[in-house]
Amino acid sequence: MPIHDQSYRRYAGGRSTPGLAWTVIGTAGAMTFLRKRAFLGLLIFAWLPFLVRAVQVYVTTNFAQVAMFAPTPETFRQFLEHQDFFVFIITIYVGAGLIANDRRANALQIYLSKPLMRAEYIAGKAAVLFAFLLLITLVPALLLLLLQVLFAGSFAFVKANLFLFPAITVAALLQALVATFTMLALSSLSKSARYVGILYAGIVFFTSAIYGAMFAITGSSRLSWLSLTANLAQVIDVIFRLKPRYATPWPVSLIVILGLIVLSLSVLERRVRGVEVVT
Amino acid sequence: MAAAPGTVVELDGVTVKFGTNPALKAVTARFAGGAVGLLGPNGAGKSTMLKALLGFIKPDDGRMTVLGLDVATRPLDIRARLGYMPESDAHIPGMNAVSFVAYCGQLAGLPSVDAMQRAHEVLYYVGLGEARYRNVETYSTGMKQRIKLAQALVHDPDLLFLDEPTNGMDPKGRDEMLELIKDLAHNKNVNLILSSHLLPDVEYTCDHVIVMDKGEVVAQGPIAELKGPSGRVFELRIKGNLPEFLDVLRAAGMDCHSTDEDVMRVFVPAGEDQRALFRLAAAHGVQVRHLRPSVPTLEDVFAKAVGEN
Repeated sequence: MPIHDQSYRRYAGGRSTPGLAWTVIGTAGAMTFLRKRAFLGLLIFAWLPFLVRAVQVYVTTNFAQVAMFAPTPETFRQFLEHQDFFVFIITIYVGAGLIANDRRANALQIYLSKPLMRAEYIAGKAAVLFAFLLLITLVPALLLLLLQVLFAGSFAFVKANLFLFPAITVAALLQALVATFTMLALSSLSKSARYVGILYAGIVFFTSAIYGAMFAITGSSRLSWLSLTANLAQVIDVIFRLKPRYATPWPVSLIVILGLIVLSLSVLERRVRGVEVVT
Repeated sequence: MAAAPGTVVELDGVTVKFGTNPALKAVTARFAGGAVGLLGPNGAGKSTMLKALLGFIKPDDGRMTVLGLDVATRPLDIRARLGYMPESDAHIPGMNAVSFVAYCGQLAGLPSVDAMQRAHEVLYYVGLGEARYRNVETYSTGMKQRIKLAQALVHDPDLLFLDEPTNGMDPKGRDEMLELIKDLAHNKNVNLILSSHLLPDVEYTCDHVIVMDKGEVVAQGPIAELKGPSGRVFELRIKGNLPEFLDVLRAAGMDCHSTDEDVMRVFVPAGEDQRALFRLAAAHGVQVRHLRPSVPTLEDVFAKAVGEN
């Protein structure tokens, strides 16, 4: 008789309640990227603008000679706008393969044969990209606000701009939400992460180019709703109580953004299935 | 629809259509506990049936229960107790074997520590113990089949769906896989449905069989029962006009189909014996060169069922 039976044994331990599988998918996905040195380098690089702004806050709150550079609500808006570049890079780096790689490896039927819903799978995948995007937008922006309070030694700035905390939060969430769902939808359309990355970059640049061309022809920014980035910029300006930069009414830009999210969810609903049915 | 005692899967008038093409045509079937073979030629609807039972495909009509639970209303409860080994290559990209299997265990609700422990155990069980730290993408076809079985087993399911588990395996690997399947069903009390177009695989591992063809169930029951009593099947080789003699045999109510080269298998109906074959041969000027009683095989059951369909 063997001392230790290495054959198959029945499992008598506990099981978690259904509905938590998305956390498993999200955690595993995030860990996959955090193990990559190149990605960690990219994250550090994405925090450099924060360091510059932190120095600005420190200097302006401690040296009256440079008070003209003191942060205003617009500073935080500008910070989020500067992070757009890193949002774009990380969306492609992290998001392109999130579903495309699973489709290439036929992993969807593995996932969906487990006790999890399609929505949980999508939520888990979205959580990976969403979390990294918030890590380079919402987290440093709020930290900057906190540093302002700490360096100034008073809540005067925050009290004078009470809308800033919710504005930063809503703007960063909107930015991350649009990038996450657009990228996930594109990722579900292909088995090649490289192709998805190119497609995403193409959409961002192409819509901006179309708007640029229309602006050159008409001389008006009324057609800014054609550009994905312009729509986001327009709505975020309003969130920060700034004058919108384009002539397009901001509700139109908001409708385009919401339409894009709904379209992305619809694509995901159709593409994330355990079996690909071709009729 | 209450499940019959001892029944693990029940389908009642299930129809699945892809566009206008019916993949399952009002299928009614009962899968008993233990090992059940789902047999049929390619395109018979076997994989479609498994995918419908998993909830991947919504049937156009009919009802299905798995382990007494309605597939339409309780798919998550079913999948928590079910393991699925897909036909095609499938893995989570970028993971080594032990991480992949543990991850699948966690997705099925196992705590992370238990999932990791089970992953090691199951990988040893399927024969991948030494290769468990290798990236799954570097595995051979046979190893990929084993890892698919491991991920299906890690959460200790009550029922396993195995879709063509020996596809692409070399003879030794195939034998080992069949041994594993047989061990699971007969020694470890795991109910399983083995979908295959390979008759020897089903005959070796299963007690019951459901034969499908063109989206319909054409035969079902215990294999021993379907094979019928021995002694009524004969291997026959003749010299003479073969097509004409085949027509004569069929006209006499004897089902026959060819096997290797010129040897055919003849089913003699109840109440007749081999003398009927000699009588017919003599009457039509055909020489009987070889006549040997044979044990009915699953191939006979399959050929008869699919032939009739």
